[in-house]
Amino acid sequence: MNQAYIGAPIRRREDVRFLTGTARFIGDVKLPQMLHAAILRSVHAHARIKSIETAEARAIPGVAEVITFEDIARGAGFIPIRMYPLPGLERYLQYPLAQDKARYVGEPLAVVVAESRYVAEDALDAIEVSYEALPAVVNVHEALRDEVVIHEGNGTNLAARHTVSIGDVEMAFRQAEYTRREEFKIHRHTGNPLETRGLVASYDSGRGELTVWGSTKVPYFNRGILASFLNFSENKIHFIEPDVGGGFGIRGEFYPEDFLIPFAAIKVGRPVKWIEDRREHLLAANHSREVWCEVEVAARRDGTLLGMRAKIYGDMGAYIRTHGSLVPISTASMLTGPYKISNYQCAVHCVMTNKMGTGTLRGPGRYESCFIRERLLDMVAGDLRIDPVELRKRNLIQPDEMPYEVGMTTPGRSSMVLDSGNYPSALRHAVEKFGYDELKAVQGRFEQGKYHGIGVAYFVKGSGLGPYEGARVGVTAPDSVAVYLGIGTMGQGHETTFAQVCADGLGIPIEKITVFHGNTDYLPFSIGTFASRGAVMAGSAVYLAAQQVRKKILKVASSYLGVADEELEFRDAQVWKKGAEGQGALLDLAAVVKLAGPASPYHQGEPGLEATAYFESTKNTYPYGIHMAHVAVDPETGILEVLKYLVVEDIGRIINPLIVHGQAVGGAVQGIGATILEELIYNENGQLITTTFMDYLLPNSMDVPAIEALTLEEAPSPLNPLGVKGAGEGGIVATGAALANAVANALLPLGVEVKELPLSPNRIRGWIREAAGKKGV
Amino acid sequence: MSKKAAITLTVNGKSYERSVEVRMTLADFLRDELALTGTHVGCEHGVCGACTILLDGEAVRSCLLLAVQADGRKLMTVEGLARPEELHPLQMAFQERHALQCGFCTPGFLLTAHAFLKENPVPTEAEVRKAISGNICRCTGYLPIIQAILDAAPIIKSVSRE
Repeated sequence: MNQAYIGAPIRRREDVRFLTGTARFIGDVKLPQMLHAAILRSVHAHARIKSIETAEARAIPGVAEVITFEDIARGAGFIPIRMYPLPGLERYLQYPLAQDKARYVGEPLAVVVAESRYVAEDALDAIEVSYEALPAVVNVHEALRDEVVIHEGNGTNLAARHTVSIGDVEMAFRQAEYTRREEFKIHRHTGNPLETRGLVASYDSGRGELTVWGSTKVPYFNRGILASFLNFSENKIHFIEPDVGGGFGIRGEFYPEDFLIPFAAIKVGRPVKWIEDRREHLLAANHSREVWCEVEVAARRDGTLLGMRAKIYGDMGAYIRTHGSLVPISTASMLTGPYKISNYQCAVHCVMTNKMGTGTLRGPGRYESCFIRERLLDMVAGDLRIDPVELRKRNLIQPDEMPYEVGMTTPGRSSMVLDSGNYPSALRHAVEKFGYDELKAVQGRFEQGKYHGIGVAYFVKGSGLGPYEGARVGVTAPDSVAVYLGIGTMGQGHETTFAQVCADGLGIPIEKITVFHGNTDYLPFSIGTFASRGAVMAGSAVYLAAQQVRKKILKVASSYLGVADEELEFRDAQVWKKGAEGQGALLDLAAVVKLAGPASPYHQGEPGLEATAYFESTKNTYPYGIHMAHVAVDPETGILEVLKYLVVEDIGRIINPLIVHGQAVGGAVQGIGATILEELIYNENGQLITTTFMDYLLPNSMDVPAIEALTLEEAPSPLNPLGVKGAGEGGIVATGAALANAVANALLPLGVEVKELPLSPNRIRGWIREAAGKKGV
Repeated sequence: MSKKAAITLTVNGKSYERSVEVRMTLADFLRDELALTGTHVGCEHGVCGACTILLDGEAVRSCLLLAVQADGRKLMTVEGLARPEELHPLQMAFQERHALQCGFCTPGFLLTAHAFLKENPVPTEAEVRKAISGNICRCTGYLPIIQAILDAAPIIKSVSRE
């Protein structure tokens, strides 16, 4: 393969429309006769709904419709689980509008459709809801007592329990020379893409076709749910994805609104638009990360890890969302990380609370498991007086052990096999790049009122989730090479990356290629954009389709020229005879397009230069790497300053270094912000008290340290034709772990042990006070 | 239906006369009445900065202003930044440095930076950081944005001297 484009730092082709204000996001979609929707949401975390009085709202001029449960009672269904089902979870699903009980603040109760959003919001105020408030449960330990049962019919808040087990964990603990037991907690937070959710739906009653703009990430799955709820055939629903302002896991999962807005459009017979506001987004779009963990490790005194056992409690919120048990199960499934821990057991509990339901956030379960494991390893290192890097080195899976079978740690999946990697080498790169050995001297040092610390965390994470993804490549004119994707993009740069893959796969300059995406009519089948699967799955599909077109080109040229196709090659958009380049090109692409066209005698029974390919794989690829942080903590204020941060990740093979580097740095900043600043806080009544960006703090330019990102290509994946692994999450997964280790390292002289996140100033101050109390200072 | 008022204003050099509801925000007015959808709304409470525009040359949040407050004023939105067929140096630097991913926050950053560089044509890195600290980007981690603004500054300065 001639590789002119894969690996090159091509400037993004999509940038200009975003820079000039000509991109079209969902808020910019405007249709004739369009109405606007606003959603009435529960103000109680747990309450019986006795009545919803809508007459006054309906009487407001400009209000077209008010929809309540009765309207949709026969027209909807429970929002199903898309992935990670566990027996029991199916009893906790959500109906798009609450029937007689609300279970979290923000749960949709009614929809107003009006001439403008202003009028729609006026009408929300005019709806009278009579509630009977019930006690709320907001943490898993309280919920497990079942004194308040959120879904009464099920009799318990423990929605599901599952144990994963490999090896013989009892034996490992019997043989251990050293054990340590700890409890950790990861805080509830969420992705907060800068563009909130939004939908526009339009129903063409004459044709019986429904078009929905704005549903992104997994449009084919969402189309299936909507079709089943509305009793439509799938091909009469068209999902269109406009430009999208960030995803990070939260966007595009089937939410109640994904039914309510299309339903409203059908009901009123006019297009309906709904744009979520930020308060709604914080209240009623997926939350993530909240996991409690009790964990115990068994080791030899030389630091060799023998086994680990854990209990994980996932705070699922009030309803099981489309991700099922993903967050707690993924935390469990990768808890052993890059280490040889062959005896492992973990009991996962999915626990319901009166909070927003949970879904994924960039690196779901990986950020969590990395924090738990790497924090614990630092405690082990401290106890056994081994350098943290040395402890990790001693336990890493070795290159000659690859592919390495971890075992059955994910229910419903095949045994986890780490596909490729040179873990010790990546660690060496990190140690060298960070200057770890020199920086070690600052550990625990008190300088100018601040304690300094160094933190290290190693991660490995699944990416490129299967089972398939598709692409269609077609050439209709020499300057019209089209790549059609099933997957969408939320800002990752697909229009550039996939053009690069096509250009190399086909042998055509990138300028001729356009990538089309965001329409469910382009391809019959697709899964979506998540789990760092775009480059791995869709990239491979583009490559396969492009190669098929290349073969077709050679077949047609061969038949026309009377030269065997093995003697021909296609590159730079021209057909050449191998070994006879001196003769010049035999055919250009314009000629081949004509020769391959319908009614041409040379098309070999298959007119046109087009191919659809699906890349199928049930095996994940596993990128891996290390984060290192140097922090300074002010013990008086509890403020944590990140002085230096390094991300090292091996992703097998880089398609576009500019984009990969952007993902690594952007991911790191997202994670650093999430680890220090962000938290969704509910009070004891189940009221979310962080419902604006003044309470829920996102990192800004002043919070960002110097970040270095090093991307390695030492271990291409053997599982796909490009050798790539997903590159979107490595920047974030180890941020919690590395920073927590750095803070613990800094505050070692004060006796502080970090066991929970976030690393907010109030928490750090609290730990310092607590440690001082224990010391009797 | 709330009261309406007549307003006259200039946006990107073009003047408009419109009758607007007095409660309509300036962001909604620009987007829905003038179809200038490059101004984005990310939080509607003045924190994220995606809706930043220039009001008589000053960077302001159009979600925190009412359309009637722009009566008689000169506005600039992202649509007014590039010349036809030629990107503004800031826009070029943003592309060169990969300072945008999803692009939703980008118009706000461009206008904040544009106003800032008028006041401070030769900024330090620390000054750039501070200048854009009222704009949130969820994708890039800010570092490429800071670099892009630093790259564009001397180019803008030399162009404006000509």
